[in-house]
Amino acid sequence: MPPTTHRLAFERPIYDLEERLAKLEAATPKTPAIDDEIHRLRREITDLRRKIFGNLEPWQTVQLARHPDRPMTTDYLALVFDEFYELHGDKSFGDDRAIRTGFAKLDQYKVMVVGHQKGKTLKERNACFFGCAHPEGYRKAISKMKMAAKYGVPVICFIDTPGAYPGISAEERGQAQWIANAMFEMSRLPTPIICIVIGEGGSGGALGIGVGDKVATLEHAYYSVISPEGCAGILWKSHTFAEQAAKALKMTGKDLLRLGVIDDVIEEPLGGAHRDHHSMAARMKMYLIRNLRELLSKPRESLTDSRYEKFRKMGVFFEDGVLHAPAGMT
Amino acid sequence: MSTGEQELGNSQAKVRPKRGVPEGLWKRCPGCEQTIFRKAVEDRMGVCPECDYHWYVSAGDRIKQLLDDGTFEEWDVNLTAGDPLEFNDKKPYSERVKSEQKRTGMKDAIITGHGMIRARRVAIGVTDSAFIMGSMGSVVGERLTRLIERATQQNLPLIIVSASGGGARMHEGILSLMQMAKVSAALARYDLAGGLYISVLTNPTMGGVAASFASLGDVIFAEPRALIGFAGPRTIQATIRIELPKGFQTSEFLLEHGFVDRIVRRHDLKSEIARTIDYCGK
Ligand SMILES: [Zn+2]
Repeated sequence: MPPTTHRLAFERPIYDLEERLAKLEAATPKTPAIDDEIHRLRREITDLRRKIFGNLEPWQTVQLARHPDRPMTTDYLALVFDEFYELHGDKSFGDDRAIRTGFAKLDQYKVMVVGHQKGKTLKERNACFFGCAHPEGYRKAISKMKMAAKYGVPVICFIDTPGAYPGISAEERGQAQWIANAMFEMSRLPTPIICIVIGEGGSGGALGIGVGDKVATLEHAYYSVISPEGCAGILWKSHTFAEQAAKALKMTGKDLLRLGVIDDVIEEPLGGAHRDHHSMAARMKMYLIRNLRELLSKPRESLTDSRYEKFRKMGVFFEDGVLHAPAGMT
Repeated sequence: MSTGEQELGNSQAKVRPKRGVPEGLWKRCPGCEQTIFRKAVEDRMGVCPECDYHWYVSAGDRIKQLLDDGTFEEWDVNLTAGDPLEFNDKKPYSERVKSEQKRTGMKDAIITGHGMIRARRVAIGVTDSAFIMGSMGSVVGERLTRLIERATQQNLPLIIVSASGGGARMHEGILSLMQMAKVSAALARYDLAGGLYISVLTNPTMGGVAASFASLGDVIFAEPRALIGFAGPRTIQATIRIELPKGFQTSEFLLEHGFVDRIVRRHDLKSEIARTIDYCGK
């Protein structure tokens, strides 16, 4: 990985040690004392990473989820899959660059990938509205997923969006309509669907490609009904309370598991996916292959039934005073 | 998903009469800004006699307006909200729910059940924007899902009237978001079973409600001049920083762009629903 220019405040102690280590490693000649110090520093860095990344606050997770060096859909396409064969058409309005769709190969499996793309350069970010999709993006996603189902090809969705685009054109072209259509269709597609929140799982824009047989988040991703800034704006009339809002919304891995809305949290390499794309990609590949194998062994009709039941159970309420809640909460 | 919430709060409060508080003989119409004799509005189903402005109506009154007298039976009345996030929004969520229940006389932001429309039995759900902005949490999601499942089993036409400025309810976090998928999945099954779903959009229908069941009708009606959309106007304004066009996100705007089948005045709603059911042979 090239050295990052985007350093989060809580990562700084790690970067400081890494710089010290780099200086020692560059030193010539190396005395036994320097070698000892190098070994000691390496251990210290690992310990420090473990300490910092083992105790992240929800807001720190949000910062990691938004880190510009975090692997995006196109990174996974390059590192996890043997080939990506993009299909662009929504057959109605235009090619939304915020959602990429196409066939891909993963070992012996042929799959359909649907993924948000935030963009790496300013030019790309502008072209895909920083990962905020328009109605045509969801329409494209639906048409490709339907085609995949028709030919028995499993679908893999990478979710990474701050939210669906809030703008005049998006409203004119039916943002609400197409997000609704996407969930509606995904719920009954007779092919395996795996959804992974790789960074930001922002609200309806995320859920629009999020109705699957397996739903997972990466360790430092979030999934929420509203952005922490939006929630803070409502509760405390100020965006500066986003930190508290991130905590209150229970939007990170452990809480999402407990609330029964995801199946798995995929562990990231120590220090975060943004520091090591290759290890992250390897873990992603393992997860996808294991789950594809499992889902493909099931009869297709039973898939849509169990997908229905999976979402059917979500929610917490009282009925005649008796609490209905997922197993993790009771 | 709850972007509409704070934006609509003020204008809603002006329109909505406080329950239990003695009201004056007159009320001011937000449509024509004239002072109107209250009784004249109430006699016309909450529609302004001068300018046709459609006021807020409670879910209970809506059901009275739509169903044949004495035919309504409520389903799942004993569902109430949990507090899975232990959320505190100036007051704890569980207390907020209690005070909303007391103020509105409802258990949550929805009433569901079955009854007759001109002697045709239907399954019906109505959300109420007076209860936490009509937002959808687990109770609204669960009651709607059970409603749709019963409509599927009993082969009933399904009517859902939306009045939800709040979208998915922030106070229940991700669980509220998932209700969108849950209800949409139930509608997908109902659709496969050949069911007829008429969705009625009223002022306001925003966020996660607009982006799920409200948009999934086989036929979609909207009351005149209702605010309907995905993102709240303020959120959009903050993002794009240009003036929003006049009439943006109104029923008429949606009709023009092809997302609504008909704009239906409140007085005609019952007969238009019956007519559609007849055309579909349900
Ligand atoms: Zn008027």
